Amino acid sequence: MSPQANPKDAPPDLVIRGGRVIDPANGVDGVRDLALAGGRIAACASSLAVPRGAQTLDATGLVVCPGFIDLHTHVREPGYEYKETVASATRAAAAGGFTTICAMPNTDPINDTRAVTELVLEHAAREGVVNVRPVGAITKGSRGEELAEIGELAEAGCVAVSDDGRPVMSSLVMRRALEYALAFDLPVIDHCEDLSLSADGVMHEGKVSTMLGLHGIPAAAEEVMVARDLALCELTGGRLHLAHMSCAGSIRMIREAKARGVRVTAEACPHHFSLTDEAVIGFSADAKMNPPLRTRADVQAVIEGLADGTIDAIATDHAPHAPEEKSWPIDQAPFGIVGLETALPLALALTASGRLTLPQVIRLLTAQPAAVIKSDRGTLGVGAVADVTIIDPAREWVVDPAQFRSKSRNTPFSGWKMTGAVVKTLVNGKVVYDAV
Amino acid sequence: MSLKRKDLLGIKDLEVEEINLILSTAESFKEVGGREIKKVPTLRGRTVVNLFFEPSTRTRASFELAAKRLSADVINISAGSSSAVKGETLMDTAKNLEAMGADLIVVRHGSSGAPALLARALRCSVINAGDGAHEHPTQALLDLSTIQERKGRLAGLTVVIVGDVLHSRVARSNLWGLTKLGARVRLVGPPTMVPRDLGAFGAEVYTSLDEALDGADVVMTLRLQLERQGRAFFPTLREYGRLWGLTRERLQRAKPDVLVMHPGPVNRGVEIAPEVADGLSSVILAQVTNGLAVRMAVLYLLSGGKSE
Repeated sequence: MSPQANPKDAPPDLVIRGGRVIDPANGVDGVRDLALAGGRIAACASSLAVPRGAQTLDATGLVVCPGFIDLHTHVREPGYEYKETVASATRAAAAGGFTTICAMPNTDPINDTRAVTELVLEHAAREGVVNVRPVGAITKGSRGEELAEIGELAEAGCVAVSDDGRPVMSSLVMRRALEYALAFDLPVIDHCEDLSLSADGVMHEGKVSTMLGLHGIPAAAEEVMVARDLALCELTGGRLHLAHMSCAGSIRMIREAKARGVRVTAEACPHHFSLTDEAVIGFSADAKMNPPLRTRADVQAVIEGLADGTIDAIATDHAPHAPEEKSWPIDQAPFGIVGLETALPLALALTASGRLTLPQVIRLLTAQPAAVIKSDRGTLGVGAVADVTIIDPAREWVVDPAQFRSKSRNTPFSGWKMTGAVVKTLVNGKVVYDAV
Repeated sequence: MSLKRKDLLGIKDLEVEEINLILSTAESFKEVGGREIKKVPTLRGRTVVNLFFEPSTRTRASFELAAKRLSADVINISAGSSSAVKGETLMDTAKNLEAMGADLIVVRHGSSGAPALLARALRCSVINAGDGAHEHPTQALLDLSTIQERKGRLAGLTVVIVGDVLHSRVARSNLWGLTKLGARVRLVGPPTMVPRDLGAFGAEVYTSLDEALDGADVVMTLRLQLERQGRAFFPTLREYGRLWGLTRERLQRAKPDVLVMHPGPVNRGVEIAPEVADGLSSVILAQVTNGLAVRMAVLYLLSGGKSE
């Protein structure tokens, strides 16, 4: 990070003019000019003079907002470079409007040591086009037994810890993690799944799984762990963040816990508020993810949770897999779908249906995920690093996985007509994605 | 009339007319099995591949014989001898077989949806010979054929399906077929093995076998996969047999002319008492005989054959 020069003193080098600036962190929503200088936000006002030598960018009819922050990205490097790399994941992120992605630790080797964290950061510095913030493992090898050296992971640059992909099944280990991470002020992100209940499940347990003869993952597999984690959070005063919440019961419990003042945050994924388990009819492995697509009532509950603040962030759980892996029969194919390049229009669809306002959606993609990892990004405040996303909320396009920047193509949204597209993405004031 | 579809993947997607077409075509093929020369030239020059990724005696032999009686060329591939062990994907294996000119691929696979996957990728016809816990359409068709043969009808009959419905593709295919043709279906077994959700698909769900058998016209017992014991589905074989095993005494609650069916292979003394399996009400061997005619009908109709 460059030293904090006073950006008001430096002459702007770029002025983004006439866009609707939505900056929830600073309560801004209106037509403004946004001036950038030296990679930072220099000014935001109704009408700014453009000094000689500064570039301008006409954003009339467009929305200018802080770059999105994804709390949940599987970058796959090191170890699974055939699925995704830092280079490809950050390009996919930029194309989706994300300027910061949190790299999940279930790589090979697992990110449970400083060496892996540093490797990820080094690759990000060399090949990445957006900010990469590593998430370290909670336990050694994510085996759920002994704590990883969370202190050293924090020193190396991890912004959270998680055994994502796996839950921490031992309640004692989860308790200790929540307590121990307090020393470094790190959130503990849990993937809530009681493995004895989900067993060899492939999809949500319900009418559709019964009809298809596929092993089910009951909602209770998530809910019992959410209940446990909330109790442990209350016990320890730790910073708990619940990943990819998919069930009505989970949302209800989080809402109730927050009302009591429990220090919990939670995220939801676009697929969990856009699709139901009926997408699995036809047995496409591109509709297989964990947690699974659930019922219409669960989808409604997730949207309700986004609308009323129970859910803090929209996160992608971007999980690339190679086509040959997804061409196995559904019960043998891996869990997960790519999400970075489809998240925005799926979230915007909630505004079209009137369930959320556009500033609410932007807040769920920027200021609130920033707060979860205590990032200084997700804001257009003067002096902030100029991570900016410019979107056209009305632009229509059709999802063609062949066009993805991601290395992988595993999406259930292929062929979907979307409304809302990223026009430009800037990181440190530099354009890293340009749709033109 | 002909069957206007490329594949037979399940009963759920079939129209009532399509089921009746297959059943009536099977009736005319039953006659072939009674001839001295049990062969017709209908599918001469066609190639049928039996691609079995799970062990099977009855179904594989039945499809093979059905194809041979129609004069098709038949090859059998079982998972042990196929490229599956060398890591070739299901899709690659099937595409190679199609490249050799297979007209019909009969596939059995442990994964629900595997035949659907192949059907989407291949131009040739795919017949589902059992996929995971999803469907086993030819088994249901032969069951329907057997009931119709013995009872003269399906509409209005009460059919009890007893046992491990959760893991049973036979139960699902029969549920769809029987309800489409107007029979009442009662599902019974330990609640751990009878998903309550099936009530939403037109079945009546019971826990007591005695109650379910009351006035039944047909009882289908499902094979109990013995490895389920110890996975918390039921405590012991002893208790399972005591509560859900079909005994002569229990069967007396059903109608006097009740039919007893079993898709095989039978665990004698577990889900069904030997004297019931071999008793006068049992049509278990007739099911096997009818299976041949039903599979001939399916092979014939999917090859573009018409019934007059």
